[in-house]
Amino acid sequence: MTDDPIPLSGLTHYTYCPRRFALVHIEGEWAENVYTKRGQQQHQRVHGGGTEERDGVITLRSLPLVSREHGLAGVADVVEILADGTPRPVEYKSSKAPKTHKLGKFAEEVQLCAQSLCLEEMFTTSIPAGFIYHAGSHRRREVSFTPDLRAAVLVARDGVRDLLRDRVLPPPAADDRCRLCSLFDECEPFAPRAFPPGYDPFSTTLEDR
Amino acid sequence: MRQLLNTLYVQTQGSYLHLDTDNIRVDVERQRKAMIPLHHVEGIVVFGNVLLSPYLIHRLARDHKPVTWLTEFGRFMARTETPVSGNVLLRTAQHAAACDPDRTLAVARFVAAGKLQNQKTTLMRAAREVQDSDPDLLRQAARDINAQIGVLPLTGTVDEVRGVEGAAARTYWEVFPLMIRANRDFFWLTERTRRPARDPINSLLNFVYTILANDCASAAQSVGLDPQVGFLHALRPGRASLALDLMEELRPATADRAILTLINRQQLTPRDFQQHEGGAVTITEDARRTILAHLTERRKEEVTHPLTARKTPLGLIPHVQARLMAQHLRGDRSHYPPYLHR
Repeated sequence: MTDDPIPLSGLTHYTYCPRRFALVHIEGEWAENVYTKRGQQQHQRVHGGGTEERDGVITLRSLPLVSREHGLAGVADVVEILADGTPRPVEYKSSKAPKTHKLGKFAEEVQLCAQSLCLEEMFTTSIPAGFIYHAGSHRRREVSFTPDLRAAVLVARDGVRDLLRDRVLPPPAADDRCRLCSLFDECEPFAPRAFPPGYDPFSTTLEDR
Repeated sequence: MRQLLNTLYVQTQGSYLHLDTDNIRVDVERQRKAMIPLHHVEGIVVFGNVLLSPYLIHRLARDHKPVTWLTEFGRFMARTETPVSGNVLLRTAQHAAACDPDRTLAVARFVAAGKLQNQKTTLMRAAREVQDSDPDLLRQAARDINAQIGVLPLTGTVDEVRGVEGAAARTYWEVFPLMIRANRDFFWLTERTRRPARDPINSLLNFVYTILANDCASAAQSVGLDPQVGFLHALRPGRASLALDLMEELRPATADRAILTLINRQQLTPRDFQQHEGGAVTITEDARRTILAHLTERRKEEVTHPLTARKTPLGLIPHVQARLMAQHLRGDRSHYPPYLHR
């Protein structure tokens, strides 16, 4: 199973929080919160499929992506084919531009760059940059695919592959990114792994208040 | 985020439940009795001859809301299994732990410890509340249970844990009637009797424990655990051993206390029971309704979970505990932490 292509959506989860990735893709957990719901509704609109052409730019929706070289596969929200025939990925996010959390922003960029690696292989071209469209603020921002970002994609891919093989749940992040995570209850990031002071099931103190 | 919603209990015989534009419509003798919006309902428990339309069952399954069928008198019969229950890795880990004597012993000790701690807390709380009867006997019982808690870490087999738990149970039930402050000549208890109950308290305990066991089995199933593979309770065909394990620590804190409250407030009185030839005692339908209403209210009460330190409705504690059990079995935490009620 380690030879199967790594799902692009998994890279986003993994980059944001490896435990979140493992909960969803290994433990089979899923829970909704207002952010995931909003994202889903928006993606339903985006993923209508079909193509359209305007001002010489062809817009492809829900385009299946694959990279045999890097072992990646997934679906792009939108790919624009420019007049010169080169593709540009556009990832739709329901949030307002750009994510306030550093890791959230980075995870989006990793996802977009991973799409690009697939497109480069599929179209035998090189893609310098893509776009993230923030529906919350109706803005798109450009993300350039630096060597560092490209390397980060492959690091995340390897991390995902290792996790899928070992199936060991990473420890919780237990920082501010957990507050927005829909899997908070399933993860219990702040519940101590060991017993906290004062919690002792074998205690024989007798309190008489 | 998981929210606590209501469980819909239907015990009117001959009721028909069906889907009516996102509502559960309850008809009795072709008359509309109730319309309950689906988004207020977490699951349905029906007693005896109650019909559900296939479309309602499908919709509930799609929304991951279980339907549980009990006999008219509350014995468990069946529960729906909804599409996404069951992480196969979790189940194999659970089975592996159940086959490993050391791991089984460790979980069984913590489950028993949780139960004994909560029995102790219940007794000490009652000792503070009773004035006219015997607070000293209740305190002595709490001390005896404390001694049993001290023995738990020394147990070497699950059978020994069961022995400790049994000794504590004898102490607990001996003084249980002392916690009753109303109709004391009617509510008595000499020993736990199951099928059939031979006194009013036992009939109440049996009913409330069935409801609680069902909550625990649903919780186990919804986090992907196999409700039948437990640790403290021996594996036996048809027995939801894990649900019974999860229930142990909740019995004193939720079920026992609910019964005491209802009797002491005189919401349950001798009128609510039927004595049958041969000594069996059953509860009337009205009394069952009173109990279910009280349990529904109690489920909303918020408690601070001693491990997660989060405010949690009492009704969600079985879910939290099932989740913690799953985390332990999958190696995410080294021990199973029982729920200690304050």
